[in-house]
Amino acid sequence: MSEHVLDVAALKAESVGSIERAGSTAELDAVETAVLGRRSSLSAAHRRLGALDPDARRRVGQQLHDLRGELESLVARRRRELGAAERAAALDADRLDLTEVVRDTVRSRLERGHRHLVTSTRDALEDVFVAMGFTVAEGPEAETDWYNFEALNIPPAHPARGMYDSFYLELGEPETIVLRTHTSPVQIRLMEAAVARDFIPIHSVMPGRCYRRDTADASHLPVFHQIEGLVVDRGITFADLAGTIETFTTAYFGPKVHSRLRPAYFPFTEPSAEYDITCTICLGAGCRTCSGTGWLELGGAGMVDPAVFDAVGIDPLDWSGFAFGFGIDRSAQMRHEIADLRNLLEGDVRFLRQF
Amino acid sequence: MRAPLSWLQDFGPIERDVDELVVALDDLGLIVEGVERIGEGLEQIVVAEVLEVSSIEGADRIRKVVVDAGGKQFQIVCGAFNFGVGDLLPLAGVGTVLPGGMEIGRRRMRGVASEGMLCSGRELGLSDDAEGLLVLTGTDGAAPGMPVAEALGIEPDVVFDITVEGNRPDAWSMAGVARDLAARFRLPFVLPSPSVETSDPPAFEAASAAVEAPEMCPRLTVRVLRSVTVGPSPRWLARRLVLAGMRPINNVVDASNYVMLELGQPTHPYDLDRLGAPGLLVRRARPGEVVQTLDGVDRVLGVPGRGLGETGEDCLICDAGGEPVGIGGIFGGASSEISESTTRVLLEAAYFEPMVIARTSKRLGLRTEASARFERGTDPFGIDRATERFCELVGASDPRMVVARGTLDVRGELGGPREITLATPRVNGLLGTALSTAEVAELLGPIGFDCTPVGDDALLVVVPSNRPDVRPEPHGVADLAEEVARIYGYSRIERRQPTWTEPGGLTRYQRERRRVRDVLVGVGALEVWTPSLVDADDDARVGVTTPPVRITNPMASDQATLRRTQMAGLLGALAWNRDRRQGSVRLFEVGTVFAPPETGRSAVRAGSGGSAVASLPIERELVSAVFAGDGDDVTSALAALWALADELRVADLRLRPPAEGTTPPGLHPTRSAEVRSGPEGPVVGTAGEVDPAVVAGFGAGAGRVGWFELDLPRFLDPALVERRSDVAAPVSRYPSSDVDLAFVLDDDVPADVLTDVLRRAGGDALESVTLFDVYRGPGVEPGRRSLAFRLRFCALDRTLTDAEIGALRARCVASANEGLGAVLR
Repeated sequence: MSEHVLDVAALKAESVGSIERAGSTAELDAVETAVLGRRSSLSAAHRRLGALDPDARRRVGQQLHDLRGELESLVARRRRELGAAERAAALDADRLDLTEVVRDTVRSRLERGHRHLVTSTRDALEDVFVAMGFTVAEGPEAETDWYNFEALNIPPAHPARGMYDSFYLELGEPETIVLRTHTSPVQIRLMEAAVARDFIPIHSVMPGRCYRRDTADASHLPVFHQIEGLVVDRGITFADLAGTIETFTTAYFGPKVHSRLRPAYFPFTEPSAEYDITCTICLGAGCRTCSGTGWLELGGAGMVDPAVFDAVGIDPLDWSGFAFGFGIDRSAQMRHEIADLRNLLEGDVRFLRQF
Repeated sequence: MRAPLSWLQDFGPIERDVDELVVALDDLGLIVEGVERIGEGLEQIVVAEVLEVSSIEGADRIRKVVVDAGGKQFQIVCGAFNFGVGDLLPLAGVGTVLPGGMEIGRRRMRGVASEGMLCSGRELGLSDDAEGLLVLTGTDGAAPGMPVAEALGIEPDVVFDITVEGNRPDAWSMAGVARDLAARFRLPFVLPSPSVETSDPPAFEAASAAVEAPEMCPRLTVRVLRSVTVGPSPRWLARRLVLAGMRPINNVVDASNYVMLELGQPTHPYDLDRLGAPGLLVRRARPGEVVQTLDGVDRVLGVPGRGLGETGEDCLICDAGGEPVGIGGIFGGASSEISESTTRVLLEAAYFEPMVIARTSKRLGLRTEASARFERGTDPFGIDRATERFCELVGASDPRMVVARGTLDVRGELGGPREITLATPRVNGLLGTALSTAEVAELLGPIGFDCTPVGDDALLVVVPSNRPDVRPEPHGVADLAEEVARIYGYSRIERRQPTWTEPGGLTRYQRERRRVRDVLVGVGALEVWTPSLVDADDDARVGVTTPPVRITNPMASDQATLRRTQMAGLLGALAWNRDRRQGSVRLFEVGTVFAPPETGRSAVRAGSGGSAVASLPIERELVSAVFAGDGDDVTSALAALWALADELRVADLRLRPPAEGTTPPGLHPTRSAEVRSGPEGPVVGTAGEVDPAVVAGFGAGAGRVGWFELDLPRFLDPALVERRSDVAAPVSRYPSSDVDLAFVLDDDVPADVLTDVLRRAGGDALESVTLFDVYRGPGVEPGRRSLAFRLRFCALDRTLTDAEIGALRARCVASANEGLGAVLR
């Protein structure tokens, strides 16, 4: 067999040509098999080496070996080229302008909901008080006259009841069951329970829903939320009350907002105080919201009245305490500058999604 | 209460800046709601005389007016027509700032220059009249050039609008406000000491006084005035009444009102000659007695109204013959009113039991200046000063008037002066102050509490009779502490942060309720707050048929019951948003629903109002959610429910179709279930879809609305709803193998029952079992369906062999077949 049967140059030209013509990695895979595989001309040429004389066999063998190495690196290079081009094409095809994402199609799948503003306000208030060492107590929304009024030193027909225009329920004797007009009945329940288990110290806040016969308007709702605090312990004074309220005020409303107490009247506290905070709009400079005073009225406070201690069986010579309370909705209104409280009850998602 | 500063200054030299006074009043607990500066802005307004009026060419709404303002003439363009040449008018010259803040500039209208403005009563803040100019022609002494304020006798003053708290009847008068201010500023304070000359014949010859109900009216006094001429009050007195917000009527009635405003003691003057029988008798109203009050309304008295402590007792003021002339302490009668022809006046001044007045006033819905003072408690011993002051005031304007000698004075049980031993350490112990006994006495003395030192660190305090709010010992100690703090100044008390050893925190229930909200927020639901006071029909529209708890006195008929469900509120919120093109939403609410008490009645503790029998309604706290987003249906609700169960480590939450015909209210009859803990465990809620008819009924659209509701105290009770163990389970390091099995099973066997069977059969080696396909149709006979499960097997300590897997598979197939008749497909 003559040497020309094994035309390495022609084999090379043909192989290189087909590798370079391969237009995709898939095509290249086929070409690779055709050029370097077991059935390729190159492999066939190897097999035919034995027919050559030893000298030619060595020379042609070396040529074939070199050719194989050359083709292999050529395939690898071509694969890199084709791969890069294909990836570029694929990425280009996958192009997405993120500013074109249609939000509504995403929203229904992965939208986050929102807590109601009253809830998040309540949670935030609770968290401040919990950090100050308070527990959180709750009670029923419908109460007996005893818990809502009488034990709080507001006997039947007392003029102070005029401060709390009540909804009565058609249960039992007339006007014995009332929708609580404040969260204060929970105070009575807490103190009764503390006496019953013979462990007096109480440090609790009491959030909850209350009801008064007020016509709904921008700043009143007949159904509203209050949070109330009660501390009963040994040696508790008005100074402790003033300090607790100041600590809470700056913790919740921010370091620029402070508190002040003014004398007031509540049947269940004595001394009693009105609780004002620095106007959250003008920070005390005076504006329309605070009628130029620099202060906003937030709630009431005072030392637990001895008549209330009598009602629950706590000895006021042994224990003393303070209580305070204010509106959750009103706090939210102040902090978020809500023009109309009725927004809270309407359930309009355009309002709810803001908080 | 409107308190003019000039009136307060009658009692002491209260000469302070208005701002300082406002701060002091607030700090004393006398809340200043507003401050009105009288005469402010009138300084530059002068009287001007009209010299000529002429029309302006081309204008029929305005005229040119030339006025003389005391030697200087001005040309004004004016749009009013209620005057003529020679009239006197108020003129605001160029540069004047009117009380409303408007500055007068030089203007030109229709080519005519205007050098100021002629003013209406409203523009000057003197009246509400804006129809025409304030014509001053005929005003005594008014002359061109004179300041209008001088011409009208307006003296600059400041009126404080003060709210007096219910426990401070003593402060509800000019004298009371002045007393507090004087004490705060350490100024002298003097009450008026009226002196009245009297003459015979004595009062008892002209009139009688008797009290049949001394428990209602512990003190009644009567004085008689003769030769009275009824006419207008002197200008200064009428003016003070106006500043204080009362309308002057005549010298007798005005004097009575003046005394009430000044000293806090209501009195009532009668025309003695128009009383059926001369004199007064106070008695209890007979049951059902009808009395016509001054406002012309017939009032039925002596009949108990609703509510605790309502006794139906009313106190009547009658003439000496027992014929009613008024309701004691509340309202007078028309028959014996003071008129121009009155010459003899009988003045009633009494002390009424506050609770009697409070009950009658509340029941009749009648609240008057007098009743509001009596129900808070007047000073039974302040009556004499008040009647003397009345006589003095009438006498000052009516020199011919004669006061009959003597006062008819009927007294019942009035009680003596109350004394309280006030230990200084108790005061400091309540207030957190470090006051000395002497300092306490110095604070209490100026507001009328006589203090005598007792021992080293206590005072014997005599409570003045105008302080009914200060209770006897022991409670009175707290009342006195408040007075000490008030005069000392709340703002001067130091602030201390108390500490204690008991930890604060939320209860487990409270923490988990927050997590419930977190999960729902995480699945895209918005929390809403829907009304608790609802229309019973709305609850009925979602199929709730249990009886509601009704409100006795609702504000509107559609808010007359307590809600029994949150579904109506949530569907209402969906409809609200749908109406605003925000239909695709998920909403949830955490709130309370109510039901009447279950059985019987239990006693309610009650004190002085008498014991009452009632029991509280049942309250349940629920979390309810509706899923009405695009593509939402029952599966969205279940996904949220499972997420919730997973978050709370609920061990085995089950959905069970309700028994035939017991669909939970408002839910889709064939696409809903009860939520249980475990296959046969307690029901803790409902899930499914809202009945499409109910959704449509609320106008909440036509799409599917997924729903679930959980009774939170039950759902979150680990004793009722078992939680997964929190002990860590080992995770296998060996490969797992999946086996897919499809069974054909009767429709009436819930799929999760088959899951249970497979799980038991698979034992410990079964890592998970997942239902991945449900098929009904050709190849499966009607009434059955194919359920395809993927079972994943894995052992902790080795790779399971094919033989082991095969054995497990066979065991599962056999169990399904034997236990449930499920056939491998």
